[in-house]
Amino acid sequence: MSDGSALRTRRRLSPRRRAQRIRAVQYVVLVVGAVCAAFFADWPTIGRSFFDPHLIVYTVLHGFASALWNTVAYTAGAFVLGLMAGTLLALMRLSDVAPYRWLATIYIEFFRGLPALVVFMAFSLLPLAFSGLTMPWSPYGTAWAALGIVGSAYMAETIRAGIQAVPRGQVEAARSLGMSAAQAMRKIALPQAFRIMIPPLTNELIMLIKDSSLVFIVGLSASNFDLTKFGRAMANTNVNITPLVVAGLGYLLITLPLSILVRRMESSTEKGR
Amino acid sequence: MTGGANDDVLVSIEGLHKWFGSNHVLQDINFTVDRGEVVCVIGPSGSGKSTLLRCINLLERPQHGAIVVRGENLVDPDCDIDAARRHIGMVFQQFNLFPHHTALDNCTVAPMTVLGMKRVRAQQVARDNLERVGLLDKVDALPAKLSGGQQQRVAIARALSMGPDLMLFDEPTSALDPELVGEVLSVMRKLADSGMTMIVVTHEMAFAREVADRVVFMDGGGIIEQGSPDAVIGAPREERTRNFLRRVLNPIGASPA
Repeated sequence: MSDGSALRTRRRLSPRRRAQRIRAVQYVVLVVGAVCAAFFADWPTIGRSFFDPHLIVYTVLHGFASALWNTVAYTAGAFVLGLMAGTLLALMRLSDVAPYRWLATIYIEFFRGLPALVVFMAFSLLPLAFSGLTMPWSPYGTAWAALGIVGSAYMAETIRAGIQAVPRGQVEAARSLGMSAAQAMRKIALPQAFRIMIPPLTNELIMLIKDSSLVFIVGLSASNFDLTKFGRAMANTNVNITPLVVAGLGYLLITLPLSILVRRMESSTEKGR
Repeated sequence: MTGGANDDVLVSIEGLHKWFGSNHVLQDINFTVDRGEVVCVIGPSGSGKSTLLRCINLLERPQHGAIVVRGENLVDPDCDIDAARRHIGMVFQQFNLFPHHTALDNCTVAPMTVLGMKRVRAQQVARDNLERVGLLDKVDALPAKLSGGQQQRVAIARALSMGPDLMLFDEPTSALDPELVGEVLSVMRKLADSGMTMIVVTHEMAFAREVADRVVFMDGGGIIEQGSPDAVIGAPREERTRNFLRRVLNPIGASPA
């Protein structure tokens, strides 16, 4: 009896009414949250220490551009290096020669498991361990090598999965037209694999952008500061967090256009599937 | 050419055995195809007919036996298989067109990479072949924009662009909607009429009957009987052939085997 009446009351709400009610609750929660934030937060202090307008202008005018450029340079070089090494490692993992597979697996498992911080530390200690050893184009060379090593381990697995996602019939068709295994890989399998890999490779590029903040470990002069090191130094001297916020926005300045570009590339390659 | 034997023999298979694991899928296949001959291979699924076809351009490597094409034994480890495959066109059930290339580029990529043909020349050959399959208006279309029948015709043009002596067809119409089968079969018929040597694995009995010079019936990894289409399809001698044809030609009436 009571079951029946409960059912009836629930039924009285049509699906449309139910949806409206759920929507209303969601908006109420949002408004309550905003009101609480407006009343209880100390806005003047927050404004002064996070968004000081004078300090924003000062930060942007004194070295922001160079720091932004350095972050892009550290990341881009590492990505290119990682992509090349990663492709080589992926091909080694797919090789018929067992020792190549073992070597690639050991490398990938080792460097994927290692924090990027540790790799940077190792590189900063290299000159101590081998006196007289200097990385070319320091500190860029060091950053590229350290980030590239970590990135290649991740990218190798992405690239291997991408190659394996290309249907077997594609390589069979290429081979039965007389292409060698290498030609079929280069002309048919890899171009399709890289299309499949665009989204995961973008993720890895964004991870590299963020990991590039670790270059401070190798020791930088002011002109080589990346966004994070630059923001931190400015924040320290000014005893204010605003420069770090500016540096943070600098990262968005890189990653947002990247996301838009990739989305566009994805939708254009979708047509080629 | 190997001396002695008939110079008209294009494909000669001797004592072919193929195992997948413990599964003996090809059991002592012996058979030859003459230049200009059209051979249709029929048989139930799992009979080994597709495997046999894929052995002829070594997409499958047999464990035993010889496959001699144009006088060269493909199974010989010293045989340059890439060079041999240039003369053997292959058309797949699933088309396997390159999805990132237009119809035209599908036909030019192999001649340019493998034969080192200049782009202009390769495109000219490709256009000729796309015209042969009736798709000259689709040269710039990506495969995804084409119907299954059109894709398979591009796949035929792609294989022809290497100028092969022999064309292999692996159930070329089995993945097509029924109304698209005809356009592919008519292209294949034209190709047969032009004198191309063809080996066709198919379930299209009408095509086999009208176009083939010879029909080969396979079952259980062996050739059960072969001969003219009228003999094998019209008046089969073997019980297994009769059983198969009864099920294919009258699918509703046949009792479950």
